Amino acid sequence: MTPDLPAILTRLHAALPTAAIAHLRNPSPSAQDSLLVAPESLVAVCQFLRNTADLDFDLLSNVTGVDWPEPAKADAVAVPPEGTTPLACGFLEVVYHLYSTSLRIGPLVLRTRTTDRAEQVHIPSVVAVYRSAEYQEREIFDLFGVRFTGHPDLRRILMWDEFLDHPMRKDYVAPDDYQYEPTPHDAVLEKAKKYYPTKAEI
Amino acid sequence: MAIDQKLAEDLKSQGVHVTSFESLINWGRASSLWPLQFGLACCAIEMIAATMAKYDMARFGAEVFRPSPRQADLMIVAGTVTKKMAPQVVRLYNQMAEPKYVIAMGACAISGGPFKDGYNVLKGIDRFIPVDVSIPGCPPRPEALLHGLITLREKIAKEKLLGSNRARHADPKGPGDLPVPEFGPHDLEPTFNPDVWNPPSLTRDASAS
Amino acid sequence: MISNPSMPPAASPASKPELDEDQLLHVSLGPQHPSTHGVFRMNVVLDGETVVSLKPVFGYLHRNHEKIAEGVTYLSSMPFTDRLDYICPLTNNWAYAQAVEKLAGIEVPERAEYIRIITAELTRLINHTAFVGFFLGDMGAWGSALMYAFREREKILDLFEDLTGARMMSNFMRFGGCRNDLPDGWAARARVLVDEFPRFLDELENLITGNEILIARTQNIGALPKETLINGGITGPMLRAAGVAYDIRKAEPYGIYDRFKFRIPLGTTGDCYDRLMIRFLELRESLAILRQALDQLPAGAYIHPKAKIRNFKPPVGEAYARIESPKGELGFHLISNGTANPFRYRIRPPSFINLTLLEDMCLGLDLADVVLILGSVDIVLGEVDR
Repeated sequence: MTPDLPAILTRLHAALPTAAIAHLRNPSPSAQDSLLVAPESLVAVCQFLRNTADLDFDLLSNVTGVDWPEPAKADAVAVPPEGTTPLACGFLEVVYHLYSTSLRIGPLVLRTRTTDRAEQVHIPSVVAVYRSAEYQEREIFDLFGVRFTGHPDLRRILMWDEFLDHPMRKDYVAPDDYQYEPTPHDAVLEKAKKYYPTKAEI
Repeated sequence: MAIDQKLAEDLKSQGVHVTSFESLINWGRASSLWPLQFGLACCAIEMIAATMAKYDMARFGAEVFRPSPRQADLMIVAGTVTKKMAPQVVRLYNQMAEPKYVIAMGACAISGGPFKDGYNVLKGIDRFIPVDVSIPGCPPRPEALLHGLITLREKIAKEKLLGSNRARHADPKGPGDLPVPEFGPHDLEPTFNPDVWNPPSLTRDASAS
Repeated sequence: MISNPSMPPAASPASKPELDEDQLLHVSLGPQHPSTHGVFRMNVVLDGETVVSLKPVFGYLHRNHEKIAEGVTYLSSMPFTDRLDYICPLTNNWAYAQAVEKLAGIEVPERAEYIRIITAELTRLINHTAFVGFFLGDMGAWGSALMYAFREREKILDLFEDLTGARMMSNFMRFGGCRNDLPDGWAARARVLVDEFPRFLDELENLITGNEILIARTQNIGALPKETLINGGITGPMLRAAGVAYDIRKAEPYGIYDRFKFRIPLGTTGDCYDRLMIRFLELRESLAILRQALDQLPAGAYIHPKAKIRNFKPPVGEAYARIESPKGELGFHLISNGTANPFRYRIRPPSFINLTLLEDMCLGLDLADVVLILGSVDIVLGEVDR
């Protein structure tokens, strides 16, 4: 059963008057709308959703990291309410999918965004509320470079510790190991050309 | 020196087997390969299937999977070798005692396979360790693994133990431990071992590009 | 009903008693170890035989599925999903197809839904029998139970090979249906397999249930409270073994699961013994679903006639869809910006998230129990590391 987002939003506004929360519309046939939560209110919102008996969102199922170099694309996927000023620079986004195992409601989609993609990449960790975020947040830190403040053990999880890049970012360039490509084509051919002289060049 | 084939056949019909030490040793080695129990990914499931009832790898004397590299003489690289895993694979190879053989099972172990575009995927384990037999497929069927095993047995049967073209393990000057790559800030360092692998020199047809 | 914990229990280092660092033994289990189900690694700290800390190390099979998927079309990712949880390719196919169908609003014909359910439940048979084999192997019963499990697996793989052309990597589901129809006589052969399967289950159960060693090794090992499990994101048989009636096939019926009569087996304590037994019970329920589905199988199209294979571009937006895979909740979160490739392709892997509480389950137990608990989680590294 899909959650009644406007009702939940009203209750969130009543319970947390200072929290900045917006209802974003999803234009696709899935119609899974989401709530955009400011990073500083994220933990309070999660606590409210988990601890309110008739909401009871006890299962944080999935945490997704997204890299948005162009903010306009993000606004097309999750459409903000009328009159919102568009963001100026790209950002990193974390999307949470919450379910209620007892009331069988879900997914409630929460999203929160960093200020930019370079320095202001801090988002509070929700591990204290939902333990299931522990490894997923580490993965997003590893692959996207979002820094989760308050995470008990924020280390790289999939790549090795000495690794410096965040490979799931859109502007990541993979290391060049195209020394041998028996049948190169398309983009791989362009990279392989560096290693293989043409017959004419020899 | 090889003995006269006809004489050997005649003696065999009388119940006398004549052979050379080389053939005898190679026969013993080929008939009792102990693989390292070491599954990386999807291919490992087919490797297990090959040892189970329907395919029964024991028929070829290779069912004794050893969990320790010290006791194994065949490494079946069954699955995608990631860059994070590559140093461990080389280390395991170094820990195996000579004579040792390597089967690269599946497209990933040979070349990275479907995942070769990945930033963490090694484009073939032959960049770091010498491979004796490659088995294409994604994953290869258990029959293909058995075929690879038979191919390896044929290869072992032809090994020379003496002379200038003798096998690596029979050569006291043969290579010792292979260098283990290290984790760098962006990639493995080095990205391949030039003593083991060098990119084949290909030329492109200028008109094709 | 489950109450809300005020604070989730977590393994906090502060609560541990003082230990003499010189007396502790650090063991690196894996990535090459016969009981880690692939290339999983755990850094275990032992005080004598007792586990005082356990840190999993992931990534040894991180093959960048999500990054590769962003560079190829939606359909091109289908074969990659086979290689996620490589024991159950068909359920992975279904989860992905379902997510794309939700994203693009694609209808699935009735016959295709039946074929999907039949293949998915057959996959569950493979997974759960293989689980029993591997789990017994972890306990030291090398090979014997696994030999039985793989014998039955081969029979199901023969069916899959006839249907999809491959033993393991099926690449079978399409957005709006399946790739091809059932071959002639396939349903009848599947029916024979389903009818014969309970005999094998009896055989396997007789082999192990009531075994004194099994009971001594598994009972009261690795149990955690229900609230902790839900908070830790544990799903699937692991959660149901602890008595939480949460199965996505019932809670949020996808496909046509609401048409079939089946029960959700529940455990009581959630220890390793319950986790083993719950799989046996689920196998019987899967057989019940299979019998109903094979009996009711309607004629019709196996793929929606208007399903687009080439030049497929879903509308702008996002979708999260999930199924009850044999290991737990398998979800796909897709973000489309209207092009032929997904903008973001995220897998919610049950094996990975079910490991969140591994340390909590193992603390205070022996090293030998760690191997069992890891086995009872039922992980596949292709899915853990992706």
